[in-house]
Amino acid sequence: MIEVENVGKSFTLHNQGGVSIPVLAGAALRVAPGECVALVGPSGAGKSTLMRMIHGNYLADGGHIVVGGVDVALADPRQIIALRRAVLGHVSQFLRVVPRVPTLEVVAEPLVTLGVAPEEARARARALLARINIPEALWPLSPTTFSGGEQQRVNIARGFVHDYPALLLDEPTASLDAGNREVVLSLILEAKARGAAIVGIFHDADARGRVCDREVDVGHFTPAAA
Amino acid sequence: MTPLLEVRAVTKTYGARIGCRDVDFTLWPGEVMGVVGESGSGKSTLLSCLSGQLAPDAGEVLFDTRAGGPRDILAMDEAGRRMLARTDWAFVHQNPRDGLRMGVSAGGNVGERLMAVGARHYGDIRARAADWLARVDITADRMDDRPGTFSGGMQQRLQIARNLVTGPRLVFMDEPTGGLDVSVQARLLDMLRGLVRQMGLSAVIVTHDLAVVRLLADRLMVMKGGHVVEAGLTDQVLDDPQHGYTQLLVSSVLQV
Amino acid sequence: MTDYNFAYLDEQTKRMIRRAILKALAIPGYQVPFASREMPMPYGWGTGGVQVTAATLTPGDRLKVIDQGADDTTNAVSIRKFFERTAQVATTTRTAEASVIQTRHRIPETPLTAEQVLVYQVPIPEPLRFLEPSEVETRKMHELSDYGLMHVKLYEDIARHGHIATAYAYPVLVADRYVMDPSPIPKFDNPKLSNCPAIQLFGAGREQRIYALPPHTKVVSLDFEDHPFEPSKADAACALCGDDASYLDEVITDDAGTRMFVCSDTDHCSARRDAGHCGEDAA
Repeated sequence: MIEVENVGKSFTLHNQGGVSIPVLAGAALRVAPGECVALVGPSGAGKSTLMRMIHGNYLADGGHIVVGGVDVALADPRQIIALRRAVLGHVSQFLRVVPRVPTLEVVAEPLVTLGVAPEEARARARALLARINIPEALWPLSPTTFSGGEQQRVNIARGFVHDYPALLLDEPTASLDAGNREVVLSLILEAKARGAAIVGIFHDADARGRVCDREVDVGHFTPAAA
Repeated sequence: MTPLLEVRAVTKTYGARIGCRDVDFTLWPGEVMGVVGESGSGKSTLLSCLSGQLAPDAGEVLFDTRAGGPRDILAMDEAGRRMLARTDWAFVHQNPRDGLRMGVSAGGNVGERLMAVGARHYGDIRARAADWLARVDITADRMDDRPGTFSGGMQQRLQIARNLVTGPRLVFMDEPTGGLDVSVQARLLDMLRGLVRQMGLSAVIVTHDLAVVRLLADRLMVMKGGHVVEAGLTDQVLDDPQHGYTQLLVSSVLQV
Repeated sequence: MTDYNFAYLDEQTKRMIRRAILKALAIPGYQVPFASREMPMPYGWGTGGVQVTAATLTPGDRLKVIDQGADDTTNAVSIRKFFERTAQVATTTRTAEASVIQTRHRIPETPLTAEQVLVYQVPIPEPLRFLEPSEVETRKMHELSDYGLMHVKLYEDIARHGHIATAYAYPVLVADRYVMDPSPIPKFDNPKLSNCPAIQLFGAGREQRIYALPPHTKVVSLDFEDHPFEPSKADAACALCGDDASYLDEVITDDAGTRMFVCSDTDHCSARRDAGHCGEDAA
């Protein structure tokens, strides 16, 4: 489902003397449907960078990143947009939404964009918000005013409201209490069970152990010092 | 699928000064493209060229017309361009006063496009105007008031209703949230996003506000000195900018 | 006074105006620019109409001049005298006897014939002017038949008053092409513009425009399907001649607001009275 092959990445800082910072080289990864792979490695090894490249958020310097048959490293923006809409879900650590839009609409939006009737989309959003314990009183409010943990859960709801065949999870259990952590882990296990290919970053070793089938050490892709 | 808008090597100079040079891009149905850059980077010149308000010195602007498929709007006669401008296109100006008739009531402003394309039933025109005013949160009791009595945000929403009433497929926006309070901006952005999605609109949004493009645009084009220096997926350009100018632009945004 | 050239204007000027008139007749409803001359009367007193009349008159013509239907107001009398003196043409107050009729703001009640020319005095020839101040843009709108704005004006009328409140200078579409301002005639007169056997010429002196309706031109008053055009008049009969079908002026007769309605067309009214018709106030 997700195949990363010989991918490299470096950042060139044009406004700081054109210095180039190599981050990854020769990165490779394969995730089958129903499989959950954890990216591990020390801080700064490039876990988030690799994940962002799979999402199309960072440009890959070379190689191939094939998700659901689309090579993200080479695709047009509109192909990536279509991929993200239907195939590739993403739970980031940051919530970016239009201010003043109700939480319920924020969560239902990915479905509405896919063409699901707004009523049905809202129904599924309600069920999910209830499951991750966002109090119903908050649903009509914008998540921009929520606490960190609440925002994180809204993000998770957005990522799980549609049954994406491929999912990227960046610290999905960070800043969650024990009860909500359990809910999120069960969501991940359910996604696996329905055949989703998942790539995740989990600092929480216990959580990682419970949902992940294997680990890929991103440290192996660190470029040799020039 | 046919691209809605195909722009090829559009160039416009003002004497020795470059307005925009060799701009190419393809806009697909349902796509929203942002154009960012500092003042004088050529983004407004480009928008004027694309919307037929300014004749470029060179290049082609192919629009997929409903009746005749892709046609070069620059080779079209003025009558054809005006017809497109009030049926398939919309143009939202930064200053609502440039896009509204200030001496005509809100209902008349919305109804004008309908009348321009031949609507001659007062009751129907009024009903459709009322429907559109409601969709942009302008209550029926303000329908016969002139725009001068409206707040800035309401004027901007009225301008949007006036533009969208004929069900256009392509919207040009020039700094649509410029000059508005941030709280009014948020409401307008949400409304624009909803309308774009419901109507399956394509849009070209010119702005210098990176937060606006992040929320509205699928794709981004960065202009400097009349040239496109970088283009791509909006979040990719903003989060992993490749060109020095884009890096400068992104790093110059004030954090709240 | 034989020092004047026939009909006051020099021959070159008349030639220039006649060319404009011919062009106007060839393109019904289109506003032809012309080099309007200074006339010995102020703007607003019919300088455009007078120039068109001067260029139209021949020594054998018989001229009638009316102001809001009346032959006996200052404006009508002075223009009639002007041409009596400068062209020595015969004049009349009888519509049926006139070959050239200069009018301000009315069309005579007596139907016109193919032998007649009706010359209108026009203050503002551009029907789009009040909605679109730019002359460049209004010309472009005429060029492209881009007339939606005209209906916006009517829409605003209905929105504000519940009906089309425009009562004079009511815009018309000429020969399915140009939207035209018929000069400030009451909309009661609009139907007479259409399919008229006479030549109708419009002269705007200050604005330097001439336009025309050749005989039997189709002229349609703009309207909405659900608010159709209605020629209207005061719902009364003339107090002098009893006519309930002619256009009426309201006359206040004392400080208490007592009023009477009389025919605006003085020739029509006196002809009816001569024929024995009688209104309720007829002395």
